[in-house]
Amino acid sequence: MSCGSDSCGCRSANENGGGPESASPVTDYIAKANKQEQPEKKGPVGRVVSWFVNTVVADMRITRVRVLSQTFFFLLFLFFVIITDLRYLKGYPVSLFLELDPLVAVATAMTTGTVYKTLIISLVLLLPTLLLGRFFCNWICPYGTLHQFTRFLFGKRDEQWQIDSNRFRSLQQLKYIILVAMLVAAAFGSLQIGLLDPICLFHRSMSTAILPGINLVLPDTFYVKQFFHVGAWLIGAILFFFVGMNVVIPRFFCRAVCPLGAFLGVLSKFSVIRIERDPNKCIDCDACLKNCQGASDPHTQLRKSECFVCFECIEDCPVDAISFSFMPNKDHEVSNPPMPGRRTAMASLFGIAGYAVARASGASDSNFKKEVIRPPGSVKEDGFLERCIKCDQCIRVCPTNVLQPTIMEAGLEGFWTPILNMKTGYCELNCTLCGQVCPTGAIQRVTIEEKNGRGDFAEQGPIKLGTAFYDRGRCLPWAMETPCVVCEEVCPTSPKAIYSREVTIRKRDGNKITLRRPYVDPSLCIGCGICEHECPVKDHAAIRVTAIGETRSQERRLLMDGGDPSNLLDLVKRNR
Amino acid sequence: MEKQPVTPDPKGMDRRQFIRHMALTGATSGGAILAGLYMWQRQHFVPGFQEQSGISLPSFITDKMKPQADLGVAHGYDRIQTTRAAIDALGGISRFVSKGDVVMLKPNVAFDRPPALAATTHPESLRAVAQLVLEAGAKKVIVADNPINSPAGCFLKSGISAVADDLGLELMYPEQSAFTQLQMEGEILRHWPLFYRPFEKADKVIGLAPCKDHNLCSASMSMKNWYGLLGGRRNQFHQHIHSIISDFALMLQPTLIVLDGVHVLQSNGPTGGRLSDVKEVGTVVAGTDMVAIDSYGYTNMLGRDIANLEYIHKAHERGLGNMHWQDMIVKEVRI
Repeated sequence: MSCGSDSCGCRSANENGGGPESASPVTDYIAKANKQEQPEKKGPVGRVVSWFVNTVVADMRITRVRVLSQTFFFLLFLFFVIITDLRYLKGYPVSLFLELDPLVAVATAMTTGTVYKTLIISLVLLLPTLLLGRFFCNWICPYGTLHQFTRFLFGKRDEQWQIDSNRFRSLQQLKYIILVAMLVAAAFGSLQIGLLDPICLFHRSMSTAILPGINLVLPDTFYVKQFFHVGAWLIGAILFFFVGMNVVIPRFFCRAVCPLGAFLGVLSKFSVIRIERDPNKCIDCDACLKNCQGASDPHTQLRKSECFVCFECIEDCPVDAISFSFMPNKDHEVSNPPMPGRRTAMASLFGIAGYAVARASGASDSNFKKEVIRPPGSVKEDGFLERCIKCDQCIRVCPTNVLQPTIMEAGLEGFWTPILNMKTGYCELNCTLCGQVCPTGAIQRVTIEEKNGRGDFAEQGPIKLGTAFYDRGRCLPWAMETPCVVCEEVCPTSPKAIYSREVTIRKRDGNKITLRRPYVDPSLCIGCGICEHECPVKDHAAIRVTAIGETRSQERRLLMDGGDPSNLLDLVKRNR
Repeated sequence: MEKQPVTPDPKGMDRRQFIRHMALTGATSGGAILAGLYMWQRQHFVPGFQEQSGISLPSFITDKMKPQADLGVAHGYDRIQTTRAAIDALGGISRFVSKGDVVMLKPNVAFDRPPALAATTHPESLRAVAQLVLEAGAKKVIVADNPINSPAGCFLKSGISAVADDLGLELMYPEQSAFTQLQMEGEILRHWPLFYRPFEKADKVIGLAPCKDHNLCSASMSMKNWYGLLGGRRNQFHQHIHSIISDFALMLQPTLIVLDGVHVLQSNGPTGGRLSDVKEVGTVVAGTDMVAIDSYGYTNMLGRDIANLEYIHKAHERGLGNMHWQDMIVKEVRI
């Protein structure tokens, strides 16, 4: 980028000390800085600084600025992923990338008719795209950066192959088919964009597969206790597949699969500034394709919907035929995405059919599964499917590892949405972190008072996730003449939802033993599952929580008076 | 290096190549044979019944100076002053901690609860003892526990990590690599994963327990506090809870014990959950005999009949302490 504008600060440096022979204010300023530095002995910091000044700043091409931007946003993304942990989470906006994602905001707006809380900031990305095109893909998107870097590391071959690999392919239509099908399904209330949205996908992969995987190889890096996630292998395999595909087709995911890219590609139609080739200067050498990230045909009519605005073509052009121009000739571009009307119609049918077939199994209705115990603050199931983008931020932040991505428990539509698995953890009473990081309000941002029905919320009572039931055939005091009641010990409510009655029985050997046998009080049980988690009958606990009794849905409550506070308060009084 | 042109040789490889090739083949097969023999497991074993081994904990009892009393009891409602007074009644912290010591403090941070609910060691109790220890010239103070709820939440919400940050104490999380196998001859407890990392450096160990009701064993005090040093499948302990708790008195001989009864969780223990479960008692006991201390706490803080507390009788009969604190030298002060 040249530094010639009047507003640029370098100009004053030129006026104050620049020699008459200096070519540009920047080089002059650097030359001066170097001259001043030379007499001093440089320490390691000085050396790094002067290297930075000499190699990066002195040759500040726009692609270098872009790489810096990509590096910054990639590191920021990693930083947010790593600090999404109770120990480090200090009010950082860890879901920022998801909240900036316009596809998340638009798709949830289609399903729910609302834009939840901080999702409004996606306008910060949506509006510039209307002016500049898909710059997000090559300047911000951390997943795109991962692909580009993989390609840079492992995909280098000879120049001709590189040029040919960056030609437009009809395969790039696929992402528009995916986008249309997902948005049509969204219009019916089934939010599926999270399956392939790059930010959701990258967050999900990091939370459920990569960080636990690193922690297995290098213990104690990310967790106090190793976290495990159901189906982590599948999520990891998908990540590795997309990353590995870069060697075959550069940025395969970004060009052919990414629904966010497709969405931004549609918006790019309106951009007022784009890459423009001057056909009079062009020598048809195709060098512009050498590093073209989007495969957007810069060597002929630019496909606006495919261009990532990476500026590599401008840099690679040997005759300076390519520039970034304001409102260039309309005849030199392909304004619309490569998506014929019939394909759009077909994709819409996929969306409708996919929704109808998936919903027809009834997994979100009368055929709901007992395992689908949703995090505290979750909206009722059909609303959950309208909001959950499967980013699995809740799973990342959960301090006990209780949250797990589903496989088929919540039906096909609920794939990779969070459920509680009491084998791996339990819901911490004084914790609402999952709702705090949820960008779409599938888990509402409830407070601890609201969750536990304390203070102003004592009347409405606590949020219940489900209800615990004893399996007396497996319970040690009930079936095996052995003292236990760990469940009662760890039950966090007051009064405890688990109580025990003392019995003296004659054992098999004739000796008497006094035991405490546990019971559940369903009006007090909140379904947190710590009883199930701590039960010594580890493989299939003697007390298990199922989804019945959850307060988020009127249809799934258990007790008629379960929501009646007077009964609860009566019991509290009786127990005192 | 320049590429050599390939010249066809009717005789095949030359001698040099042959020797090099044979040497390589020989080395590879030799290596395979050696590695195979070295790693050859000739005997089978019965899974789950292998011989077990582990470490045992040294005694942390200091023989510097005899305390002036067996139990130091202080009554008051200011936790810092009362805790200090209880330790002063024994003759002061300098009888237990020397200059340059690394001191491990073991609070009970089992649950993710705010301090007011009295389910965990109160942060002011930790502050009082940590300050005393630092005043005595300790080089470093380690705070460690393996909570039942998730560790980060427990340390944060109990207020323990705030005190640790404030006084510069080292907070040790029960990370996977922090555990080592314990081996001892307890009634039930023999071979179990122990949260050993804090002991690697510690010269002195001080237990800081709250006095609490417990659903199964009636009371959780200074002996039950050592539960937080163990890992593994602790939920099995409940099958022999009284034997296990008395085994704790054998497992570890601490330098000093402080039992905090300024606020006592009287019901719905060990988790509590409402302020109405908590009663203000206003007593702190310090001493070295955890059996005597728990016996005192059960009688005078929880106000229950010691005849009903099985693990105290077990520990007393096994000679791990003296439950008859009335027969001992008890120095009582009132703030």
